[in-house]
Amino acid sequence: MAEAAGHLAVEATEDGRPGPGNVGDRVFNGVLWTLGIMILVVAGLIVLNLALMARPLAKEHSLWGFVTSTEWNPVEDHFGALTFLYGTLVTSAVSIAVSVPIAIGLSLFITQFAPPKLGRILTIPVELLAAIPSVVYGLWGLFVVVPWLRESIEPWLGKHLGFLPIFAGPPIGLGYLASGFILAVMILPTIVAVSVEVMKTTPEANREAALALGATKWEAVMMAVIPYSRAGILGAVLLGLGRALGETMAVTMVIGNSPQISASLFAPGYSLPAVIANEFAEATSNVHIAALAGLGLILFATTFLLNAGARVLVTAVQKGPRRAKG
Amino acid sequence: MMLSASFTYRKVVDRGMAAVCAVCFVAAFVPLVSVLWLVISKGAAGLSWAFFTELPKPVGEEGGGIGNALLGTLYMVGLACLIGLPLGVGAGVYLAEKGEGTVGNTVRFMAEVLSGVPSIVIGIVAYALVVIPMGHFSAWAGGVALAILMIPTLARATEELVRLVPGSLREASLALGVPNWKTSLRVIIRTAMGGIVTACLLSVARAAGETAPLLFTALNNQYWNVNPGAPTASLTVAIYNYAISPYDDWHAKAWTASLVLLIVVGLLNIASRVLTRSRLKGAR
Repeated sequence: MAEAAGHLAVEATEDGRPGPGNVGDRVFNGVLWTLGIMILVVAGLIVLNLALMARPLAKEHSLWGFVTSTEWNPVEDHFGALTFLYGTLVTSAVSIAVSVPIAIGLSLFITQFAPPKLGRILTIPVELLAAIPSVVYGLWGLFVVVPWLRESIEPWLGKHLGFLPIFAGPPIGLGYLASGFILAVMILPTIVAVSVEVMKTTPEANREAALALGATKWEAVMMAVIPYSRAGILGAVLLGLGRALGETMAVTMVIGNSPQISASLFAPGYSLPAVIANEFAEATSNVHIAALAGLGLILFATTFLLNAGARVLVTAVQKGPRRAKG
Repeated sequence: MMLSASFTYRKVVDRGMAAVCAVCFVAAFVPLVSVLWLVISKGAAGLSWAFFTELPKPVGEEGGGIGNALLGTLYMVGLACLIGLPLGVGAGVYLAEKGEGTVGNTVRFMAEVLSGVPSIVIGIVAYALVVIPMGHFSAWAGGVALAILMIPTLARATEELVRLVPGSLREASLALGVPNWKTSLRVIIRTAMGGIVTACLLSVARAAGETAPLLFTALNNQYWNVNPGAPTASLTVAIYNYAISPYDDWHAKAWTASLVLLIVVGLLNIASRVLTRSRLKGAR
């Protein structure tokens, strides 16, 4: 074998150029390249198929008409996405509002306040949260969170903050608030994992300089860690938002699946992924399937842009600030 | 600015914020304990041999199991592995070994962005790719959907793990006159094998827990099925259907099925953790 290898290696150098010289290398590189390009092929397939599926819709509706109409009537083949867009946006906004402060506090605790050994142990429960399948979160939401919200939290909010339109109305349990709450739990691990990674890239010297000048730990966090990792934390939040927008099962199970727009967070609503999950298997007319695929296309485009933006931010922080070359 | 305040005040703020951060940890810990405790306490009662081996029974009849759903999940995850593991691992090795330059960076960026695409959207794509040409719902469609979900995350995880192999190993091999391709296969990939298996186990665990992309690809099935061209039941879709039904008896089944799912996912995660640990020890 050694001889054969030596022979091949000589052949490679005789070729006179660096890089793949012999047949084995050429074949291996070709196979690897093909496998890598498959990722781009998959991306292309996703876009192409969604667009093809949604095409019949374009005959009946303009894009603007589709996203601004609230009417969703499969019988008369009239489709508008606004109700579902609203539900998705409201539930995601609730989840971000609940999750982000906790996630940032938790990440700071893991990276800054807890001793390093404890910090490593503390990441385990966060990873466990990420490993629980979404249908199990849905089950938990349906039988634990919804009754809890209906019987304790929503009456309390209604009593004390009921003058705000978002906390008005009867406490139903199923609805925007329940979905937002469960989404908050589900996106927490994503935000924490990325924030922790970003915070860890803060140069130790920056933090130590603040501490040496007499800053307390918290002041060092505010002076060194947060400014350095700000963009990356924003990226983490965008990644979390992307997950919240696209989460299907847990939301479908607790949002109430009622096609209406309400200002109150206690009211039931509907979301983009939920309507796809509920209606796709039973959709019969071409336009109905096209409309559902259109909703999928909106979801894809939104999450794609969010994820792309988030990645750019996170990578920029991890690479460190660009220094002018002297 | 902040430093002009009195020292005691600053000390109090510091301790206070540390406490707030600790409370955030507790806030994240409560839902985890709640989910795990309820699934175990409500699900354990329904565990029996029959639950794993029997077909579901209609409402009102005692007993019955989720045997077909369990088999269906194993079956579709198996199909997904056939397609997803080679492509995902292959793309990961490409990124680690040849992933410099514009093409490599584009592939890497795309893999990262695709891993955030909602699984329900992947379901629509699998519907277009498999269900429409075949004319009906099938295990193949479910498997393809799960495979598409596996590929991007698996590729990124594999890349990270292959990159951990020290460069000196490659140099030693090349210095002995071993060609590049043989070095990659016999030295780099073999060294990273433990890590790659870990990444595969984690992506299998993720695929086993997916529901949304199966709803309108594999649909469901009340009976045993090993025909890849026929609609197939799965553990996750069974949990969903039992959970949203109006019957207490079925709700109990949803909890038990969730316990089974959590055990499967948990075992895969533990196995990957044990593998990672032994690999790290071996490297030392």
